[in-house]
Amino acid sequence: MVKIALVSCGTEYSGIQKEIEKAANTFGGEIVIPEIDLPYIDESYKKFGFSAESSSLRLTIARAMAIVEGRIQVDAVFIATCFRCAEGALVRNEVRRFIQENTRIPVVTYSFTERTKADELFIRMEALTTTVARKSILAREKQEGLTLGIDSGSTTTKVVLMEKNEIIGTGWTATKDIMGSVEIGAKEAFNETGYSMDDLDGIGTTGYGRLTIGKKFNAELIQEELSVNAKGAVYLAKHQSGEATVLDIGGMDNKVITVNDGIPDNFTMGGICAGASGRFLDMTARRLDVDIKDLGPLAMKGDYRNTLLNSYCIVFGIQDLVTTLAAGGSKEDVAAAACHSVAEQVYEQQLQEIDIREPLIQVGGTSLISGLIKAVGETLGGIDIIVPEYSQYIGAVGAALLVSGMGKRQK
Amino acid sequence: MVKVAIFPPNSLILADLIERKGHESLALQKAVRKKVIDPEIDSPPMNISEEDPIKGLKYAAIEVPSGVRGRMSIIGPLIDEAEAAIIIDKAPFGFGCIGCARTNELSTFYMRKRGVPTLELIYPNNRDETIDMVNKINTFLDGLNNKEE
Repeated sequence: MVKIALVSCGTEYSGIQKEIEKAANTFGGEIVIPEIDLPYIDESYKKFGFSAESSSLRLTIARAMAIVEGRIQVDAVFIATCFRCAEGALVRNEVRRFIQENTRIPVVTYSFTERTKADELFIRMEALTTTVARKSILAREKQEGLTLGIDSGSTTTKVVLMEKNEIIGTGWTATKDIMGSVEIGAKEAFNETGYSMDDLDGIGTTGYGRLTIGKKFNAELIQEELSVNAKGAVYLAKHQSGEATVLDIGGMDNKVITVNDGIPDNFTMGGICAGASGRFLDMTARRLDVDIKDLGPLAMKGDYRNTLLNSYCIVFGIQDLVTTLAAGGSKEDVAAAACHSVAEQVYEQQLQEIDIREPLIQVGGTSLISGLIKAVGETLGGIDIIVPEYSQYIGAVGAALLVSGMGKRQK
Repeated sequence: MVKVAIFPPNSLILADLIERKGHESLALQKAVRKKVIDPEIDSPPMNISEEDPIKGLKYAAIEVPSGVRGRMSIIGPLIDEAEAAIIIDKAPFGFGCIGCARTNELSTFYMRKRGVPTLELIYPNNRDETIDMVNKINTFLDGLNNKEE
């Protein structure tokens, strides 16, 4: 059992305590609440230096202090406060930094509402428990045998065939029917390699459809995309030792993961707003009547400052872009504004919540949009960004890499 | 001369006490003045524009209201510069106030976290306590001189 300390305020009164426990239990985690006495609460929050008005937040601080001071031994920490509570957001952020600066314990933060259900927390809990309990899998640095990695994403399905530490086949298709899309992707990946499914040593699945596909193929590895993408990114970027940050702006959600020697030690995951996702760029490309592949080069020629974009929202933001076009604005400027808007929003909502470690490895389908890479670089003040070859297949590569050594199909 | 951050960050009395001892007070007014005299910005009364609360993200997450982040975009860099700090708790409005309890919590937290010599006092309620407060502040400021030497 992975012991996950719950450092939170308001979960009981929001009625979501049970959901948090359910999510943790699903992935072999056990929620523990650091027990402390009253004098320690006063002592802790004074030592911490944050004079919170809410006594529950003082308790939150004291629980974090108990972890840092080693009064309680835990494997991971889940920090949660109510959505829209300003004081909660302040304490959540400072407590996260405090634990990260003083321990090596992985931390996940979340702001919840009364509608938060266990399945929303699944990916975070799974990544948290994987980081702790499956470190040995994540330590793999070289692919062996013949393995297939399948990443069933919200927008596209990616399939990668690997042999002897090389990518020998790739497949990419829009996600429609989950299994149908995998079949199309796999057919592409096997094409001209001379291999078929029967020759494989192992199959690894990740992404939203991982469980369905994993069951169908009896996959040796079924793994959430935070750990898999982090591993795939450092592998492809040839940066398996040392520190790095992995940024994946996906079709439906975004992931920012910090890694140390190839093992993720912290992450944030967005997904509240489509305006901060690849979907926004997809919509912009459609409105500009250009292929998504051409949006990046188009944006590189434009200047986002020439476009009035008042909203990050996928509906109202696109409306602003349409207004600019109607007023005679150029397609280049609109493309640049869309890239800048996504980069800025990813920064505001996620990147500032994590301590960015250079280099930043940008992956996923959106990493092929050069205008977005430029915008992310500008937003982060000229940070070193690596976009490795095959970056769009990141999850599939990670899955094919991690499953090697686990599959025994040919024995 | 030592740069001293103060709380409340716009307390004229604290700023005056610091300047009298030959130190530099990191008072809010100086930072606001720089913004107000900048002819490039036109966002009266304080020339805080849409960009400022975004700059405040360095100190507070996006979920924190824009008013807190806007205030922190000015107060935060002052604290980052501080070589010493004086915090007066439970002061009335007239002594200095930035009108936001959350900003108070965050800015005092950052002052403490900075790890520079910090004097924390409760606002006085009578003449004797007032004299005592001023004496303690003066002693603290003199001590900063000694450390410099």
